[in-house]
Amino acid sequence: MDNENKPSAAARRQFLADTARMACGVGLLGLGVGLYARHARALPPAAIRPPGALPETEFSAACIRCGLCVRDCPFDILHLAKPEEPLSTGTPYFVARQFPCEMCEDLPCVKACPTGALDHSLKDINKSKMGLAVLVDHETCLNFLGLRCDICYRVCPVIDKAITLDRQINVRTGRHTQFIPVVHSDHCTGCGKCEKACPTEVASIKVFPLYMAKGQLSSHYRLGWVEKEKAGGSLVAPDVEHRYNMPEGMKYESGKGLSGNPGAVPPAPTPPAPVALPKAFQGNKL
Amino acid sequence: MSAVVNTAPVRPGAEAVAAKGWLAAHKWLILRRSSQFGILMLFLAGPWFGIWIVKGNLNFSYTLNFLPLADPYVILQSLAARQVPEKLALTGAAIVVLFYLLVGGRSYCSWVCPVNLLTDFAYWLRVRLGLKGSAHISRPTRYWMLGMTLVTAAVTGSIAWEMLNPVSMMHRGLIFGLGLAWAVLLAVFLFDLFVMRHGWCGHLCPVGAFYSLIGIFARVRVKLPARDACNDCMDCFAVCPEPQVIRPALKAVAGTPPVILEANCTNCGRCIDVCSKDVFAFGTRVNTTVAPVTGVPQAAPK
Repeated sequence: MDNENKPSAAARRQFLADTARMACGVGLLGLGVGLYARHARALPPAAIRPPGALPETEFSAACIRCGLCVRDCPFDILHLAKPEEPLSTGTPYFVARQFPCEMCEDLPCVKACPTGALDHSLKDINKSKMGLAVLVDHETCLNFLGLRCDICYRVCPVIDKAITLDRQINVRTGRHTQFIPVVHSDHCTGCGKCEKACPTEVASIKVFPLYMAKGQLSSHYRLGWVEKEKAGGSLVAPDVEHRYNMPEGMKYESGKGLSGNPGAVPPAPTPPAPVALPKAFQGNKL
Repeated sequence: MSAVVNTAPVRPGAEAVAAKGWLAAHKWLILRRSSQFGILMLFLAGPWFGIWIVKGNLNFSYTLNFLPLADPYVILQSLAARQVPEKLALTGAAIVVLFYLLVGGRSYCSWVCPVNLLTDFAYWLRVRLGLKGSAHISRPTRYWMLGMTLVTAAVTGSIAWEMLNPVSMMHRGLIFGLGLAWAVLLAVFLFDLFVMRHGWCGHLCPVGAFYSLIGIFARVRVKLPARDACNDCMDCFAVCPEPQVIRPALKAVAGTPPVILEANCTNCGRCIDVCSKDVFAFGTRVNTTVAPVTGVPQAAPK
């Protein structure tokens, strides 16, 4: 009995030790893989997914990294991420500043996807949401500087819907108009043509993944003018008609601005005399 | 003491070369390498020469815009991450599963997988350099690895293993650009060379583990029509990447029929090549009735 039990007990111990070792080793590796995969969840700002891509969390589960979208892109703009790049290895992306999406009407990349990671229910490229253009730098945008660059507006495949030019007064000159490019998220496809075409050294308008680019109003917010229109009238006290006190001969219409001919230019106001600081604040004493 | 005696270790297969000639003693090896390089070339013909017979990579490929083939293992991970792929990918996976049910799951490892070229080279070099000793990790560790990849897929909700998988990394890398994937492949190579004999493919790779499960019911198997002729030269054990699969069939352990039934046999056919007595041959498992083996007691019927 003892002769039979002793070796089997030793074998059992060995088996348990081996199993524990194996489980720990594999478990540690699994932890590493899991954490690594978690880190790759957030798409880096310069990487844009092809049209129809599912939201990033679902995409990383649905994309099997086969590269058929890369192959079927007629403009060869897509890459598969290499291991050293900060997104899931083997998943497709493009960089708008290098090669933007050319927005093929027949959606070859979407059709090529065998799993539906690029959603096959997308039939119209103009409905795609690859990302969202954002005019990131108001200091370098030439239109903000008062020039008529307009390139982002002109190259936009959804011109006058995705990007419009919003006219504003150039307060620097006091007599010119700034044509401010405004991106409208309900029409922008995120193709990146504006970013590619922006003439500044570093693009002043950039396309970002939607999660980075889009804000969201709190759900309890109501827009007064919308609510007023819906209700057919003011929901609070009736609006008092605004009265403008204009110089002789001048007229102001809402939305049109000033018109008319001012009689005489009022003399420039003399600069106000510098206000002396109260005694208490002079020097370093109270 | 150190008298030079003619005891230089005879390389496994030398006897077979002498008995059958070099070509016959390397037949399956040559066929297998042709298959591995041929499949790789089919994938590379598109990007290299613009001949688009096969598009994609081993995870999913489309042949002549007609035949979809998908890796059922990556599809399983996608399912574990709670995404149901569309019909084309599922069809591709079904075709591949059916194919390997027929030819043996781990045939994938020896006839298709590009990493096998790397690890076979590591093993060849290991023998050439006379590197002895090997870390001990039990072979079933690969099934733990397989489980781990499915659990990480489920927990992270993404095909997490694809970020590290040397198999798809190598194949995709060769076709779409390697990047730093060479470092992962070098790690696998060095691990097999210096740390562990048949380390990656024989002990750890979850892809092989998955395909071995498909292979449990494989039709194409290595049979031993002449196992009585075995002269115990041990050459088959020396060349086999999974030597544990040979013994039961060769020695009729517990009445095992003369066919290698173990799912981890990769159907590489190298044992057929190196056997000077022609003990082995490819066959099917249809007729696996136990032939009475002289001198070995049959297992008592249960």
